[in-house]
Amino acid sequence: MDFVARFGRFWLDVLERLGRAHLFLARTLGAIGSLIPRFGLLVRQLHAVGVMTLSIVLVSGLFVGMVLALQGYYLLEGFGAEAALGQAVALTLVRELGPVVTGLLFAGRAGSAMTAEIGLMKATEQLSGLEMMAVDPFKRVYAPRFFAGFLALPMLAAMFSAVGVVGGYLVGVEVLGVDAGAYWSNMQSSVAFLDDVVQGLIKACVFGFVVSWIAIFEGTDCIPTSEGVSAATTRTVVYSSLAVLGLDFVLTAIMF
Amino acid sequence: MRVTGFWRRWSWGYVDAIETLAGTDGAKSLFMNSMSDKTNVVDDPLVCVRDLHFTRGSKPIFRGLDFDVPRGQVTTILGPSGTGKTTLLKMIGGQLKPLRGTVSVDGQDVARLSRRDLYALRKRMGMLFQSGALLTDLSVFENVAFPLREHTSLPESLISHLVLMRLHAVGLRGARDLYPAELSGGMARRAALARALVFDPMMIMYDEPFTGQDPISMGVLLTLIRTVNQALGLTSLMVSHDLAEALSISDYVVIISEGVVVETGTPDELKNSESAWTRQFLSGSPDGPVPFQLSAPDYAEELLSGDRR
Repeated sequence: MDFVARFGRFWLDVLERLGRAHLFLARTLGAIGSLIPRFGLLVRQLHAVGVMTLSIVLVSGLFVGMVLALQGYYLLEGFGAEAALGQAVALTLVRELGPVVTGLLFAGRAGSAMTAEIGLMKATEQLSGLEMMAVDPFKRVYAPRFFAGFLALPMLAAMFSAVGVVGGYLVGVEVLGVDAGAYWSNMQSSVAFLDDVVQGLIKACVFGFVVSWIAIFEGTDCIPTSEGVSAATTRTVVYSSLAVLGLDFVLTAIMF
Repeated sequence: MRVTGFWRRWSWGYVDAIETLAGTDGAKSLFMNSMSDKTNVVDDPLVCVRDLHFTRGSKPIFRGLDFDVPRGQVTTILGPSGTGKTTLLKMIGGQLKPLRGTVSVDGQDVARLSRRDLYALRKRMGMLFQSGALLTDLSVFENVAFPLREHTSLPESLISHLVLMRLHAVGLRGARDLYPAELSGGMARRAALARALVFDPMMIMYDEPFTGQDPISMGVLLTLIRTVNQALGLTSLMVSHDLAEALSISDYVVIISEGVVVETGTPDELKNSESAWTRQFLSGSPDGPVPFQLSAPDYAEELLSGDRR
């Protein structure tokens, strides 16, 4: 009986938290209009979550492209189809690895930072302070961070894929000797803008939306102690990573 | 015209405050008179708390709290740790809603206000948090200017003047470019006080303003709270554990314990109270109506029983 009660309590808590998260999202989306007079806040957050994540995304993209070229070359060489390397690298990056790996990196770098920052603002009473100054934290704190994350992730994913293609070129063409003309022309003829690039960016937009939502909600919902902020930061990375991977499957099944 | 009126209303108050802190004779006598001029103005309360009930989880925090905060005076709420004093401030500020009962400020039932009306009311209330709650990404100057930038469209030159006057009033004009991480605890609270005052509130709430302060910082805060209240005609509501300091500047004291009001009155009335509980609380005796030992089985019996628990 005790087990049944605890099981029921657990799911009631989960549902209650989900409800709070959706109400939080609704209020954050409702605050979008407030970003017009506070455009500077959005720009500052774009710098914090976008520009500051750029270096890890570019370096990762370069190495992922290089590994893809190596693995792809060994596979395609068996069929005498190494000329299709550019196509394989580009499609893998644009459709899958660009949005997914960028989403995971974004969750680890920017998502955790957003949770920790908001959690510490809560622990140090800064959020209560804003409320008592009649300043709505949804307009001043949450909305700028949420929309910055939503806008930054597709841009970062695009840059990840672009750098990955260059990494594939360096290894495939410069090191392994694949013909440069074949690398670029096969890529150009097989990668469709709407079906591949745009749909990859749609994935990145969805990941940006979900990761930012999770990160900011976890920050506001954390227990305002050092342990609470630490646990919330961990939850952000875990939930965001699972959400990115799960949604990737769903979106791939729907779109491609 | 709007700007001119705003400027005049604010500047006069701060000229008074600055003179008081600078120690001019007129201001000093005003301060001394206020210390001895204790009048009961509960007939005209700014804050009314009636039959307030509140629980946290299954633990009752308030069980029918009733008291008034007189307008224009310094009122201190005293009580043991965990009594819910900070919770009470949050309910007066509308950050928490009561389970039952009402909290009204200037005639408005705080829990029933729309978000817009609540924010309008909060613009007339200042709150000094225990940690200061300064925004860590802004300098001291920008922290104090923050409410003005958020709620007004005053020209930059006027904002600068208003901020500098408030910083001067709390003695931090020279720290305008420092960030909160570079301030001591006392300086952070003074900067937070400047920010809380910047919108010319009708009342200001202090949450444990003296905790962790050295004697000089404590003396500065005591003087500031008293003089600012007097010079700007505020109503001050303070929650504190530092009995001697809090009582020295209070006009009216409310003692709460276990969810109800134990006693109210002036500091002198409370010092002469016939209540054993109040006397124990004010003298800090370890044993009395509030026992040193929590209720437990008989000590000797438990030791001799041989039980491990």
